[in-house]
Amino acid sequence: MEFFRKATNFPFMSTRKLWYGLSVALMGISIGSFFVRGLNLAVDFTGGVQVQVAFTSAVNVDALRSGLEGAGFREPQVQMLGSSREAAIRLPPQNGQTGDVIRARVEGVLHAIDPKAEVTSLDVVGSQVGDELKSGAIKALAATLGLIFIYIALRFHTWRLSLGAILAVLHDPILVLGAFSLWHTSFDLPVVSAMLAVIGYSLNDTVVVFDRIRERFEGSRRLEPVAVLDQSINQTLSRTIMTKVVTLIVVVALYALGGLALKGFSEALIIGILAGTYSSIYISSAIALDCGLKAEHLLPTAVKRPVDDLP
Amino acid sequence: MLEFPRWKYLLVGLVLLLALVFALPNFFGTDPALQVVRKNRLPMDDFARTAVEQVLTGHADAFRGSYIDDGKLIVRFASVADQLKARDSVNENLAADYVSALTTASRAPAVLRRFGLRPMPLGLDLRGGLYLLYQVDVNGAVAQLLDSYDQGFRRTLAAANLPFTDINAYTGSKSSIPNALRVILPPGADIGAVRDALRKANPDLSFSIGSGETGPTIEMEMSPTQVKVRQDYALQKNITTLRNRVNELGVSEPIVAQQGIDRINVQLPGVQNSAEVKDILGKVATLEFRLEDSQHSAIEAKQLGRAPLGSKLYDMDGRPVLLKRELIATGDQLTNATSSAGNEGPEVNVTLNGQGGDSMLRATRLNVKKRMAVVYIEKSRETRMVGGQKTTHDVTTEKIISLATIQSVLSNQFRITGLTAVEARELALLMRSGSLSAPIFAVEERTIGPSLGAENIRMGVRALLIGMLAVFAFMALYYQRFGWVANLVLLANVVLLTALLSMMRATLSLPGIAGIILTVGIAVDANVLIYERIREELRNGVSPQAAIRAGFEKAFSAILDSNVTAFIAGLVLWVIGRGAIRGFAVVLTLGIATSMFTALMGSRALITLMYGGRRKIERLSIG
Repeated sequence: MEFFRKATNFPFMSTRKLWYGLSVALMGISIGSFFVRGLNLAVDFTGGVQVQVAFTSAVNVDALRSGLEGAGFREPQVQMLGSSREAAIRLPPQNGQTGDVIRARVEGVLHAIDPKAEVTSLDVVGSQVGDELKSGAIKALAATLGLIFIYIALRFHTWRLSLGAILAVLHDPILVLGAFSLWHTSFDLPVVSAMLAVIGYSLNDTVVVFDRIRERFEGSRRLEPVAVLDQSINQTLSRTIMTKVVTLIVVVALYALGGLALKGFSEALIIGILAGTYSSIYISSAIALDCGLKAEHLLPTAVKRPVDDLP
Repeated sequence: MLEFPRWKYLLVGLVLLLALVFALPNFFGTDPALQVVRKNRLPMDDFARTAVEQVLTGHADAFRGSYIDDGKLIVRFASVADQLKARDSVNENLAADYVSALTTASRAPAVLRRFGLRPMPLGLDLRGGLYLLYQVDVNGAVAQLLDSYDQGFRRTLAAANLPFTDINAYTGSKSSIPNALRVILPPGADIGAVRDALRKANPDLSFSIGSGETGPTIEMEMSPTQVKVRQDYALQKNITTLRNRVNELGVSEPIVAQQGIDRINVQLPGVQNSAEVKDILGKVATLEFRLEDSQHSAIEAKQLGRAPLGSKLYDMDGRPVLLKRELIATGDQLTNATSSAGNEGPEVNVTLNGQGGDSMLRATRLNVKKRMAVVYIEKSRETRMVGGQKTTHDVTTEKIISLATIQSVLSNQFRITGLTAVEARELALLMRSGSLSAPIFAVEERTIGPSLGAENIRMGVRALLIGMLAVFAFMALYYQRFGWVANLVLLANVVLLTALLSMMRATLSLPGIAGIILTVGIAVDANVLIYERIREELRNGVSPQAAIRAGFEKAFSAILDSNVTAFIAGLVLWVIGRGAIRGFAVVLTLGIATSMFTALMGSRALITLMYGGRRKIERLSIG
């Protein structure tokens, strides 16, 4: 079987204004949503209490919520999961009350609704710990991006490719953040690690395309940059799509079968992989082209190296 | 012609064989089990094993088998119900000598265990348990040290007959917490003599002369290094104490580890009822042995509302008692404490160290027929809402647990009575495990029920299997025989990764399983890069064997490059992340490394076996 038996010849470069527009629009929506709606941060970052409960029969959300309010919990957030026999309850920080005290209070409410209800997990995160996890997550993101930028700067022979790669790398986590903000999906620690994996993994395709661009220029330096970039993307297209399809297969399996604990994690991976594939096909090379990428930028030859070149 | 050096075949074969051996224990699964240890910490032997087994068979609990591992008896059961019943019968019949804990045991045959081959331990999210993150009050530890210096200075000056007005603590210029003491002297005091006396008694401290409003002062400020040493000591001491306490509780495979500069991370698999465990783990308690002040009237002191100089007023069941401030011994000087049932009710048998024993001997020899008190001191932290503001403050409760007439001279061994059986047991445990050198309080607490843990592992493994099967099917359809090579390589990658994780004794958590699944997805990439390259070469009219060689060679730089960035992200997570997130990072990073090895070496070996040598190949089965 082969999806790409005939060599494709999509004109990615001449249509790039369209793809830029799409990317700018998506990133604009993402950033706008991030500032307007914010993120639905999980207790990992805000501090507070997260309780997961299992009932023996379907339960009414409002009954549960008013029961919790009746027991003196302010602003309980109740979310039914999958079947309406499982619920996730989120409570604001409970002033130094320990887990077992909170558990007893929550169980009181649960047992009034369903005597056989069970607390399956209970997390109490101090707000100080939440703040630290938040700053830890930001540090991890910054460190990853920083290291990858250094790698890109060292790896590609010209800042034109580096800039394309960096913008493509930034593009993907922004879209993930945007999606989590728009849909108000709970944003927890596993989501952050999925985002880091996306940052690391999405560059993968860009690198493969750029590798091919260099190879093509090596083959013939008189080729037009537009033609080389188009050819390079088209030639690597089957590989790009194949690997992403396979990765998506396993991530979708994780999303569908991995259970609640990995929902957000796999969702971030799915969005990130789709965004990453898009950006490495449509965006990163186009940016290099608009920065004036030419054969001599990539080939260490008799041609005098421009001063603005990076090593 | 396609060739692959013989030594590389050997290397690939050897690595995979080793990997298979190390990964093997993970494929047997686990049984619910009971861990039984001796209360007196001696290792379990065959005698003890027979005793436990007799109780179990006597109560008709079916058990699958038992073995002694690292001094602990592990009994395996077919079901959780059997396991729970067994725990109850062990607790009912053997509670005096043995401590039991719920755990899981690998079903792997004994021969694997004998060679040290073990499955990866499961994280709390996969088997249920209690996770606690304790904050250690390291500044409190510095305050404690200052307090003991304060007392030491007072003793030194009193012994040297040097008068002083007061000693108080303050925050030094280069510190954010109190780290200094000021000795206030009366006007006209011999400053030099005071300083020399203090220097002689405390050679490691530095003293300087200052002047206060009322007269000259001597100042002692701890250096930043001294403060740091004290804080580190407090943290390490607390970790040791928590470890001892966790061991006393009989939890199976607990983890007690430092996290950051002032945190301790405690993981207790299988623990569900957190209240009792946390109560014991976090208790800051010590004992003090003091003589009663019989020269003054306690009732008078209570009416006056203050104790005479050198004494302290206590309340014992509503009755005022005056105790001398001077300490005979403290809980820190205990070397052992056990509880037992004595003639006069439950008692705690105490052994003091040399210093404490000497002091006890001296004090009791001079005070026979007088009364000595045992004071139990507990520190806790309370959080209250005051005017919408959350305030925490430390509360110290002191309680006289016994006040008894000294019948004869005591030395380093004696007993304390006047407690209930439960109190005696807990006191003995707390004293034996050592005191916490600084208060701790839980800043994070997570409990995962055993049913959720079982559900998580079931779903994780199912997602892994179905994901892999889907990839296998897809690869086989799309790349035909080459697809099967890729599938074998993927399988080898999972085995290699499992082996590495098992060798490192890395804890497998749910994000770890997700990492394995993601690795499968990423590992395919290297194979796809190679195969697409081979197809491309074939399209350009290159001969099959040359196409294979070119495919591997030309894809190499792309494979290397494309993995570096994912590797960077994995490393950052490994360094910065914690807990389950770190588990994910470890799996991801190792998975990238193993996938490079299997794709470049394993895949090449297999393909060369299929198409190598001088055979004439018409076409490749690459779809």
